[in-house]
Amino acid sequence: MALSRDEITEKVREGLVDALGVDEDEVVPDARIGGDLGAESIDYLDIVFRLEKAFNIKIPRGDLFPDNILTSDEYVQDGKLTPKGLDELKARMPHADLTEFEKNPTVQDIADLFTVDMIVGYVETKLGGDGD
Amino acid sequence: MRWIWIDKFVAFESGRRAVAVKNVTLAEEHLHDHVPGYPVHPPTLMIEGMAQTGGVLVGEAFDFKENVVLAKITRATFHRRVVPGDQIRLEANVRGDIRPEGASIEGRITCNGRLVAEIELMFAHLDPSRAPVESSEDNFIFNEDFIRMLRMRHLDGLTEGAAPDDA
Repeated sequence: MALSRDEITEKVREGLVDALGVDEDEVVPDARIGGDLGAESIDYLDIVFRLEKAFNIKIPRGDLFPDNILTSDEYVQDGKLTPKGLDELKARMPHADLTEFEKNPTVQDIADLFTVDMIVGYVETKLGGDGD
Repeated sequence: MRWIWIDKFVAFESGRRAVAVKNVTLAEEHLHDHVPGYPVHPPTLMIEGMAQTGGVLVGEAFDFKENVVLAKITRATFHRRVVPGDQIRLEANVRGDIRPEGASIEGRITCNGRLVAEIELMFAHLDPSRAPVESSEDNFIFNEDFIRMLRMRHLDGLTEGAAPDDA
């Protein structure tokens, strides 16, 4: 049975509350996982495991949080994404809104793209794709 | 090597689940200070025991070649006190799967079938370049002492209720 966006949001919220120890009312759609909710590197993996369990999906490494873009010279130069890097990021994160980020695509600001809404969008895509 | 807060493994399913037990005894010195006149096994050492149970489970998945370290204590809730004479049972289950990046463990501690604690932990693999300078061994977590003391060479397929091993 397909889940509505609200139902997905509720389950994502539970997972973030458990993983990050934040209050429910802090988990709003545009809250940034790192900047607002305080997630650190190990927390991103915790979030992945919880989402997999909650939605019965598989999330390969780098699929939700594309960390591997940051390690390639092709995609990153002087702390900023190259045009190729930007294209790659867009392809890897179709559910993220990159309009502001594009104006000054620094590596530091990539983390700001990881919002609650982005995760909900990702799960929605995964569930929609796998469903019949 | 005296910082071992589990006594032995009683069940082991590689990559999935491990169960260890720990006997609490008045011969443990710290109990005389925790708390004076009212010895209670410290919850912090139960977290450590669960970290060791889970750590071995995660370590075994990579044949004890990686330095597995505790990266996060996501949750630790305690329900009952543990006192000298008690044997606690520490059960660690892998949430999802064990990956090169790390693993998540859901832990339960019980005593005589009653729930003592619920502990969730995350583990990561430490890069060799970040090992302590004093350590001459490649693996400073799973050193020979630890492996021998916990009889970790005989974990594979260990099931509860199996015949006790000989002394």
